Amino acid sequence: MAVAIRQMTYAQAINEAIRMEMRRDPRVILLGEDVAGGATIDHLQDDEAWGGVLGVTKGLVQEFGRDRVLDTPITEAGFIGAAVGAATTGMRPIAELMFVDFHGVCWDQIFDQGAKLRYMFGGKASCPLVIRTMIGAGMGAAGQHSGCHYSVFTHMPGIKTVVPSTPADAKGLLEAAIRDDDLVVVFENKMLYGVSGEVPEGEYVIPLGKADIKREGTDITIVAISRMVHQALEAANTLQGQGISAEIVDPRTLSPLDEETILNSVAKTHRLIVVDEDNPRCSVATDIAALVADKAFTELDAPIKLVTAPHTPVPFSPPLEQFYIPSPERIVATVQELMG
Amino acid sequence: MVTKQGSGVSAQTLDKSRLLHMYEQMETIRVFEERAGKEFASGKIPGFVHLYAGEEAVAVGVCSHLTDDDYITSHHRGHGHCIAKGVSLREMVAELLGREAGACRGKGGSMHIADVNKGMLGANGIVGGGFPLAAGAGLTAKFNSKGQVAVCFFGDGAGNQGTFHEGLNLAGIWKLPVIFVAENNGYAETTPVTYHMSCRDIADRAAGYNMPGVSVDGLDVFAVYEAAGEAIARARRGEGPSLIECKTYRYFGHFEGDTILYRTKEEEESYRARDPITAMRRTLVDRGIAQDAELDAIDKKAQDSIDLAWEFAEASPFPAPEDALTDVYVKYP
Repeated sequence: MAVAIRQMTYAQAINEAIRMEMRRDPRVILLGEDVAGGATIDHLQDDEAWGGVLGVTKGLVQEFGRDRVLDTPITEAGFIGAAVGAATTGMRPIAELMFVDFHGVCWDQIFDQGAKLRYMFGGKASCPLVIRTMIGAGMGAAGQHSGCHYSVFTHMPGIKTVVPSTPADAKGLLEAAIRDDDLVVVFENKMLYGVSGEVPEGEYVIPLGKADIKREGTDITIVAISRMVHQALEAANTLQGQGISAEIVDPRTLSPLDEETILNSVAKTHRLIVVDEDNPRCSVATDIAALVADKAFTELDAPIKLVTAPHTPVPFSPPLEQFYIPSPERIVATVQELMG
Repeated sequence: MVTKQGSGVSAQTLDKSRLLHMYEQMETIRVFEERAGKEFASGKIPGFVHLYAGEEAVAVGVCSHLTDDDYITSHHRGHGHCIAKGVSLREMVAELLGREAGACRGKGGSMHIADVNKGMLGANGIVGGGFPLAAGAGLTAKFNSKGQVAVCFFGDGAGNQGTFHEGLNLAGIWKLPVIFVAENNGYAETTPVTYHMSCRDIADRAAGYNMPGVSVDGLDVFAVYEAAGEAIARARRGEGPSLIECKTYRYFGHFEGDTILYRTKEEEESYRARDPITAMRRTLVDRGIAQDAELDAIDKKAQDSIDLAWEFAEASPFPAPEDALTDVYVKYP
């Protein structure tokens, strides 16, 4: 059956995914700070409500009402924990943790309660909860509103981590996350909200744990995460002009990780760079490097290289912030170094 | 705030079988905990155990109003809540011993013991972990519109965690059917409540959330039963949350192995003299509801059920070591 494809932004695709799933399953609810906006303010009950701090959830309260789209107080431990409790008792909540940096105030509810509950209860309970959260530097939001931190979440058993890089992936992966019976954290890069792309209409599900080759190539594998896919694509265009063919692998989910697609690509190109905006120590980038060193060492013609953010918090001043974010130029330079 | 005494009216109005069941549950909790303390000392139970003996009137007084469709969250000291909520004794002992037949198949132990099918959402190793979870269960209950409630049992120490505020505030603004039950046993680990809390009664804090707050004698099962009945009925009617503080006492230390240097013998004896099970027995006999012989038979039945649970658990196998790898996810990848 042909599925209509339209252009829409990453933010619109996320909104559509939530809408599709809330229509499909009445037990799906959305809660978070200002996800509807204007609670109890009479003149904001129709289309003026805020719909999230960047407007991603705009319009949902009009369709589903305030019983299913709940504005919360600024109380992350309270509402993330409540979402865990609701998930365990039969609801399928989507909780919005506005910026991922705020995980510090609800660490226990995510990592000690939600993520461990099924295991501690011997498999006799589950926590079908989605936490949507914003990541990424580039807006001048500085140290406490710009981190990535998905490495921290990926480290923890009991959590699945999803890092969509395109509008279509954002829709398909979020719908899969909402249907998943485990705790899934979906990391939305705020710098991608305005990026447009083709998105299938209607319900659209991309299975978790399947990487996507965003560009085929033969000389080097670049594994790139979230917004870094776009940086890598730009670098690949430059490299093509220099006669270097780069293959770009987007893991799309970090836990579970599609090891096979990464290893197959390395077996073809014999070189690997991992591009990651998260901090470099104990990170997804080092994890993927270790995976390839362990399982594909003899395939490698060159050392594995990582292009990551530095081991610092995200700085404020624009030149500092631009220095922090891995750039296409750094990727090109690293590839050139590897290709000798 | 004046601590409410039980009117004892419930002793007259409840039917006899209900009263005897409550007595049996309290006695079962007591025997369970005394045996667990003994077996821990003998080295049979791995890890930590935190015993509930002395506080039985709270779990039983509250849970007597609940069905399997209602939810509870618990804390470190969760055995009493499990028993009062109807979790299998055999599965409980097997869990304490880390056996395959345990309530959590040997993956949780005493501090995480749970039975979600019974609405028991887990003991909790994090002090104050239950407040948001109970609010969430309350959200489910509200969504279901079937008159379910969630009860959050917590200790006086947990009342100082930030999650207390966040959980009660959410329940307050959303009018969730949640009953927050403080088990104020006077000490957070070794630190007295008179030091660690800025107000006299935990119930005083209810005003900050615009919910009813009451302080009751937690050694009096009838007082607890009556206060809980009122709060639970209110929640089932959709009128929102309540806070009940039960002033109680734990007979054992914070955990088994605690040398209890922070309490005097005189204090301990004064509470033992007001033992909640003895008090209930006296009420039942004095009011002519039951004879001592009948109650002795119940004591024996409780003892037998614990003995059988231990026999079962000790004979049951450990999980296979590689079972450590399962139950992290429903499906992965």
